[in-house]
Amino acid sequence: MLGLIGKKVGMTQVFDERGVLTPVTVIKIEDNIVVSERTDDKNGYSACVIGAVDAKQSRVTKPYAGQFSDVCEPKKCLVEMKNFDKEVSIGDVLGVDIFQDIAFVDVEGTSKGKGFQGAMKRHNFSGGRATHGSKFHRGLGGTGMAATPSRVFKGTKMPGRMGGEKTTIQNLRLVKVDVERKVLMVKGAIPGPRQSVVIVKKSKKK
Amino acid sequence: MDIIKSIEAEQLKENAENFRIGDTVKVFFKIIEGQTERVQVYEGLVIAINNTSVRKTVTIRKMSYGVGVERIFPLHSPRIEKIDVVRRGRVRRAKLYYIRDRVGKAAKVKELIRRK
Repeated sequence: MLGLIGKKVGMTQVFDERGVLTPVTVIKIEDNIVVSERTDDKNGYSACVIGAVDAKQSRVTKPYAGQFSDVCEPKKCLVEMKNFDKEVSIGDVLGVDIFQDIAFVDVEGTSKGKGFQGAMKRHNFSGGRATHGSKFHRGLGGTGMAATPSRVFKGTKMPGRMGGEKTTIQNLRLVKVDVERKVLMVKGAIPGPRQSVVIVKKSKKK
Repeated sequence: MDIIKSIEAEQLKENAENFRIGDTVKVFFKIIEGQTERVQVYEGLVIAINNTSVRKTVTIRKMSYGVGVERIFPLHSPRIEKIDVVRRGRVRRAKLYYIRDRVGKAAKVKELIRRK
């Protein structure tokens, strides 16, 4: 699957030639470098490893830096891509232009952390009535049955930590590929805060 | 943030905002019907300007057969051919929403006469 590592820049709006206004998210794609390859003989599967975003020298351990040895400076973000549609070899620099003929993409990122949240916000429970003597407002209600099974099943939806997890948004229309600014514009919102690392892939379903 | 600014700057029209709140303006709005394209003129009073940059919009109010009509135009839309000012108005507010509650002569905005 064709894919690159980028950074979320933020959202704006663009007009097309017919004057239709589209909300877009801008993703900056800095140079992606093919760091190494996984091969069938050695690893049991084939993939290419892509790195992006320069890492600070002092934060890199020697074993980590060893992966990059003669290819490039150590990168912060490393991603394995299976079935990369394009022929690539170690040391290749990939940019936004590989998305030139693609209409739809999937974007993968880490969603914004929301902290400890109740069941209404976290799992869309309906909660109770606010007025008329109701004593049940934002609680989650029952969590199980009675004497049988006399326990709460694992995985029951309850309050807890929300957000900060890997999220993929599928089938976002690629509005524009800007080679000059090294920028992609996709229609709609993508997960995560600004400046966060996202992976843009060719869409799986379209 | 500079990338966003530069993307927006590309789409901005020069001197798009050649009017002020309280002015009566004519908006020449392109309408695409299948293959043909024609220009529709919408004339009314500017009662609000909202947002900034590419998101900037103008709310224009007019009376049409006794019914108040308000249209919101994205100022930098390529479908706006031009905006002509018909009459300058003298107002003391940035938003003229009070006009909505008034009828007849009370709903008028005084003309701005600049002394030299």
